[in-house]
Amino acid sequence: MNEPIRRLSVLVLLLFLTLMVSASWLQFAKAGQLGDDPRNVRTLYRQFGSFRGPIIVDGQAVVSSVPVDDPFNYQRTYLDGPLYAPLTGYYSIGPGRSGLEATENALLDGSADALFWTRLGNLFAGQEQEGASVELTIDATVQRAAYDALGDNRGAVVALDPRTGAILAMVSKPSYDPTTLAVHSSSEANRIYSSLVADQTDPLINRAIGGDTYAPGSTFKLIVAAAALDSGYGPDTLVYAPQELALPGTTATIQNYGGERCGASDNIPLIDALRVSCNTAFADLAMRLGWGVIERTAAKFGWEQSLNIPLSVTPSRLPDNPNNPQIAQSGIGQFDVRATPLQMAMVASAIANGGVLMKPYLVSTVRDPDLKVIEHTSPEVFSSSLSPDTAGALNAMMQAVVSDGTGSNAQIAGITVAGKTGTSETGADTAPHTWFIAFAPANDPVVAVAVLIENGGDLGNEATGGRVSAPIAKAVIQAAIDRAAGG
Amino acid sequence: MATVLEVSVRVGRRSEAVLLAIACAIAIAARAFVDANAGPGIGPSLAVYAVAVIAIAAAAHVVIRLKAPDADPVLLPAVFALNGLGLAMIHRIDFAYLASGRETHFAQTQTLWALIGIVGALVLVAVLPDHRLLRRYTYTAGAVGLVGLLLPLAPVIGREVNGARIWVGLFGRSFQPGEFAKIAFVIFFAGYLVSHRDTLALAGPKVLGIRLPRPRDLGPILVVWAAALLVQVAERDLGASLLFFGLFVAMLYVATQRISWVIVGMGLFAVGAVVAGTLFSHVGARYDAWLHALDAEVYDSGRSYQLVQGLFGMASGGLFGTGLGDGSPALVPYAESDFIMASLGEELGLTGFMAILALYLVVVQRALRAAIGVRDGFGKLVAAGLGFAMALQLFVVVGGVTRVIPLTGLTTPFLAYGGSSMIANWLAIALLLRVSDAARAGAADSARAKQVAR
Repeated sequence: MNEPIRRLSVLVLLLFLTLMVSASWLQFAKAGQLGDDPRNVRTLYRQFGSFRGPIIVDGQAVVSSVPVDDPFNYQRTYLDGPLYAPLTGYYSIGPGRSGLEATENALLDGSADALFWTRLGNLFAGQEQEGASVELTIDATVQRAAYDALGDNRGAVVALDPRTGAILAMVSKPSYDPTTLAVHSSSEANRIYSSLVADQTDPLINRAIGGDTYAPGSTFKLIVAAAALDSGYGPDTLVYAPQELALPGTTATIQNYGGERCGASDNIPLIDALRVSCNTAFADLAMRLGWGVIERTAAKFGWEQSLNIPLSVTPSRLPDNPNNPQIAQSGIGQFDVRATPLQMAMVASAIANGGVLMKPYLVSTVRDPDLKVIEHTSPEVFSSSLSPDTAGALNAMMQAVVSDGTGSNAQIAGITVAGKTGTSETGADTAPHTWFIAFAPANDPVVAVAVLIENGGDLGNEATGGRVSAPIAKAVIQAAIDRAAGG
Repeated sequence: MATVLEVSVRVGRRSEAVLLAIACAIAIAARAFVDANAGPGIGPSLAVYAVAVIAIAAAAHVVIRLKAPDADPVLLPAVFALNGLGLAMIHRIDFAYLASGRETHFAQTQTLWALIGIVGALVLVAVLPDHRLLRRYTYTAGAVGLVGLLLPLAPVIGREVNGARIWVGLFGRSFQPGEFAKIAFVIFFAGYLVSHRDTLALAGPKVLGIRLPRPRDLGPILVVWAAALLVQVAERDLGASLLFFGLFVAMLYVATQRISWVIVGMGLFAVGAVVAGTLFSHVGARYDAWLHALDAEVYDSGRSYQLVQGLFGMASGGLFGTGLGDGSPALVPYAESDFIMASLGEELGLTGFMAILALYLVVVQRALRAAIGVRDGFGKLVAAGLGFAMALQLFVVVGGVTRVIPLTGLTTPFLAYGGSSMIANWLAIALLLRVSDAARAGAADSARAKQVAR
């Protein structure tokens, strides 16, 4: 009977060999594919189970990973969630990640190349992988002031340091609390996410940079004015400012706010046209200058360019080959001209900084787990938008807007504020979006700000940039200047 | 002969002691890792455990030395190591369940079963001086096996767990008599086949080139075997019916040396598998869950959930595993029993998985070697049957977990949580030790005789 037993033992060997091959197939050849399967919660455990670096504002961690006693080991928590959500985004086992949690993921989870030596050290020390901490340029006081000033309005506020491009505040409302999405139940996280997506007020969208862009309305007159000044105009050059401007080749006309006249005569100085935000004057001026000049000027401020701060910014748009009536409409920031609030803050910033536009940025410093600096953002010039003379002239004209024009609601005692209002029509039945962009102090600016309120906020159809947005800008500027003086 | 004193035959008791020490070290170290990584840290309970493990290993060694001095020295340490790894893993899974809010004491219970199993095995080695004595109980064993299989179908004491009616409830405890029936049937098959092998192999009409045995020779064994299969099909115990079928064919082959039986057996099996898949919806569902495990539809219906979670677990273990206590084995339903190999694969990696398979391979090959070495046909059939049964059982359960074959419920010997399986497998090891002792005693005797002649 020995021969069959020997054969049996060969069969046994084959059976075991089959098992060994199948185990190798699973644990080696197919391991990656099975690991990437979205149904494999272990991959989530591993991803979410290591210490993720914090996001820091003004020395305080607004996003941090707190140790907890569950399979994920750490709970991502968001301090003042709604205040910072448009920046931080969320980190969820359900919908994934967004905002800085997404763009800075490699640094936060420690997988970035910059952290290679840290990883190696941890490996030898037998420690788990740790992420870097990401410090933001945001000033907590200014951010809070902007958030509070915005109240229950739908809209956005952006504040920049015009000298560096550092983003001091970026608020978008309505917002949401990322903590609710960080719950360790994918079904619960997905349920909350679905309700946020379904919300008509779009709380997940960072209105300051993303998703919708808005017609800039009269704030775009600064671009036209800049183009005019660069083309030889001066603040006192008289421009044609009729009560009603007929658009060539059509029966349509352009009127001023409330159908009023802009001045005593039909020809007024450019500075006055900007001060009272004269529509007919800038529509006519745009047609006289021609679209090419305006387009080039706008491009220097950032229109039609993508930008990462490192959050991805939706490019602001200009119309393509507009005809004369369309140029007239575009000259007052209507028709197909679109801008993000960040874009308009960049306009204010460039004028404030003597014509030099600094590249906006949100992350100042990245530190490894041992607090050693591994990345530090140095201010960069985005473009030299304007000649110093043009910038100086625009500065003076914007001061007039606040001291004696449509932007008087932004006046601050003892501080010269330069600003420009905007009220952009959104359609026959909907209230206008209101804008205010400004910087201060005018002679040595430390802050440039843009405020957008969707559909006029509380005032609805009665809303103008000066009435709705200027007071908010004022509060933000006040906070920024207090901080600059205190710090 | 009384003057013979110089006898230096290597029977390997010393090697066994060394290997046992290594097995103890593995068992204790594995539990220490679990306590450190998943539990409250290394504490006094580990010391108690270590002392107990070493004491039981020493006791086993002494009993073998006294009662089966020529037994295979590798068998016991290999099983000890497997048993130790299984206990550590179950201990680890207790912690995993505790972390998810479910308090279990599987390890405590399993340790008790292992103790009973080892003591039972040692007692069997001690009270059974010769395996051939069992041949007297050939038909008794067959009857015991059948009754054991039938018990779960009985009213009052029969229990159905997870769709399989293979349990018996007695004195507040549940047993799987099928685990013991396996051993009883090996004894019955061996005893019957060894008596009838000549007539089975040589007498009877020839059909299509295959010599069929006479019905009166094959009859009794065929009846018992068919009854066993029918019972298991009725109990929905797919894995066990597969195991019994394979075991029977293999033992028939060993007894008659006729490969045609294997071919006929495999053909019958293929027909049976197809028919069962078509006739019984639960069998068809198993095929479906196997072939289309990762399909969203099958997975979402829950049919392949356990299998796929096991695959995910093993995949996440990779080459070297997450480390004992650092994985998430409790995500797989029945991680402590049906899917303990997936749990081990996850935390010990492919390396550990291979090592465990190698340990089993050693046990099985040692059993087959004992079968070759022993002189009596009954012993050969018992050892070959027990060895092959373990190999086949492991293939069915691990093949199911690693998706080589459809998933069926069978226990993983010495590893999976469950008292019946633990005790029955230890008794099987006792029989193997006994047969190997007889096999090697012959060789040792002739070696002694040679020395005497010198």
